Amino acid sequence: MTQTRVMKDTLATSPRVVALNGASLVAEAIRQTDPDVVAAYPITPQTILMEAFSQMVADGRVRTELVTVESEHAAMSVLIGACAAGARVQSATSGAGLAFMWELLWCASGMRLPIVMHLVSRSLSAPLNILGDHSDVMGARDTGWVQLFAEDGQEAYDNALQAVRIAEHPEVLLPVMSAQDGFSISHSVERAEVLPDELVRSFIGTYAPAHSLLDIERPATFGANDDRQFFALHKRQQYEAMERALGVVSAVGQEYGDLTGRSYGLLEAYRLKDAELAVVLMGSAAGAARAAVDKLRAARVPAGLLKLRLYRPFPAAAVAQALAGKRAVAALDRSAIFGAQGGALFLDVCSALATHGAAPRMLSYVYGLGGRDTVPSHVEQVFRDLEAVAREEPALPAQRFLGLD
Amino acid sequence: MPLNLRELSAKEDLLAPGHRLCAGCTESIVVRQVLLAIQEPVVVACATGCLEIGTSPFPFTSWRVPWIHVAFENAAAVISGVETAQRSLVRQGKLPDRPVRFLAFGGDGATYDIGLQWLSGALERGHHFTYICLNNEAYMNTGIQRSSATPRGGWTTTSPVGKVIPGKREPRKDITAIMAAHNIPYVAQATPHGWKDLMTKVRKAVAVDGPSFINVLSPCTRGWRHELDEGIELSKLAVDTCIWPLFEVESGVWKLSHRPSRKKPILEWIKSQGRFSHLLRPENQHLVEELQVEVDHDWEKLLRRCDAGGPL
Repeated sequence: MTQTRVMKDTLATSPRVVALNGASLVAEAIRQTDPDVVAAYPITPQTILMEAFSQMVADGRVRTELVTVESEHAAMSVLIGACAAGARVQSATSGAGLAFMWELLWCASGMRLPIVMHLVSRSLSAPLNILGDHSDVMGARDTGWVQLFAEDGQEAYDNALQAVRIAEHPEVLLPVMSAQDGFSISHSVERAEVLPDELVRSFIGTYAPAHSLLDIERPATFGANDDRQFFALHKRQQYEAMERALGVVSAVGQEYGDLTGRSYGLLEAYRLKDAELAVVLMGSAAGAARAAVDKLRAARVPAGLLKLRLYRPFPAAAVAQALAGKRAVAALDRSAIFGAQGGALFLDVCSALATHGAAPRMLSYVYGLGGRDTVPSHVEQVFRDLEAVAREEPALPAQRFLGLD
Repeated sequence: MPLNLRELSAKEDLLAPGHRLCAGCTESIVVRQVLLAIQEPVVVACATGCLEIGTSPFPFTSWRVPWIHVAFENAAAVISGVETAQRSLVRQGKLPDRPVRFLAFGGDGATYDIGLQWLSGALERGHHFTYICLNNEAYMNTGIQRSSATPRGGWTTTSPVGKVIPGKREPRKDITAIMAAHNIPYVAQATPHGWKDLMTKVRKAVAVDGPSFINVLSPCTRGWRHELDEGIELSKLAVDTCIWPLFEVESGVWKLSHRPSRKKPILEWIKSQGRFSHLLRPENQHLVEELQVEVDHDWEKLLRRCDAGGPL
């Protein structure tokens, strides 16, 4: 602890203030964490991130071996091999690229490999659309990866650094997906603070896996096959590791705050404590939601916002606690589940509330699909709807499409 | 260490006995020959398939070397990641610099079909690894389904012999030539019968500076419908009938490894396995003749390539 304090005094006081887009900020984070191996394949909107990192490699600013593979599936394959060989590894992708990796997302988590992947989230085809939404990341929500969401470039950068610590934590040993919204974050230039390289290095420390393929004297078998006796046991261990990630994400976010002044928890409540109507969402739309809350508060509407930073593992207890006593809650999903009773976030929030004994009126909204703008007036409409259902007026359709209905 | 039986018999087998491959399977024989040939430490990646399933039933493993399996299609990409990690860690001084050989094993399904893109990509990137195809000419692990390595006329469960269709209708893909077309330093074909030839090729393959590929014909008692003790002999008959010639492509130069003193007719090959038994019916006589024409054509093409010292 003393050492940490010294670090804070000598180094953390001098961050670099930069104006960069989210993709460049994460490229900078990758440079600072200096992974042993990076493998990636270009896809919009992630491309500018890997272009920036490739230039850093070309200029000798990192020690990383960059593997420019022929597909995203190969990128994840390379990283699984490299990570099992004891290397610290990272990648970045978007949309269809993540979908192409899907099979291997399960392999990475099932093999308990602490791979870090930066996701610049994008819609999934068809119709072809290269713009931002959360279809890709939500499609991977059950693959056993820890999933972090960012509201802006600063958070994407901060999450990128913390992801390394979370993934490699001996109580976790799971891959981490750190998401930023395609275009609205990745291509938007914002003010951000970048840590000194030495501080990043001391924060992430060194990686020393217990087993490695390159430990020739102690040959280990990675990726054996399980019969019915062992498979479920291994899956339960994986589930328990994911549960432990909750505490680790909190602890790492706190430690990061001690070093930088920017603390992170599992979620962030905005004017929520005394609110009666609440909106829950993840990602860049939180800005529009804050503006809506402020405007409605000025008009004496008891509005509040709950922004989730961590989606997997789902912080159910914290969500239930934050929403306890609210009269009506709307979950805003930036992806659609076809044929379900609402979006994925909506379903998770409902289940968190139900299992913790709270029962506000619940509404489900899909917003921002394929890069569609979400502005404060859209969120204001959500609060108007919440007011209506809180007054026990006729139920709205189970699934509403924000800005389209 | 010279490649003679006295020396080899004193060397530890790196694939332990007690694995679950079928009686009569030639894959474990090939793998043992490969591992015995290599004199440096090895790391192995396996594609999903018979070898992988048969050697890694948790909590057991047959592998006395570091070993990884991830999925069906991506063994080449996985081993390229391991090789990259070694390069990165050694360059940074995080690992001692010592020669390690990187091997990938895949069946013909993993190599010819579902994994071709990953293999091609890893070859193009120039990783220092050796890919060994255990080619038993069908998807045997899932129960004998046709692959693009299955010869024309062959019976499989998805190219069955029916009232109107006499087995597989398409010729084999020439994957070895496709690998050679990547202009990698070393490509070869081998069989377990020619163990010294195979092991010499493995030593050459792992020694080159870059990727290498060896396609090993690996008879399968279940899929080919032959007796348990016939696998090795069949791998010789394949060479003698010229349906599986032994050759190597070193730095682009094609070289025949063995010219049969008397080229045997393809009918002997067809008669030797149950998967071709329908071809012996009178109404399928023309298919046998067509196969002979095909084999002759391919053999002549190979000889021209080898005489010319390069691809035509």
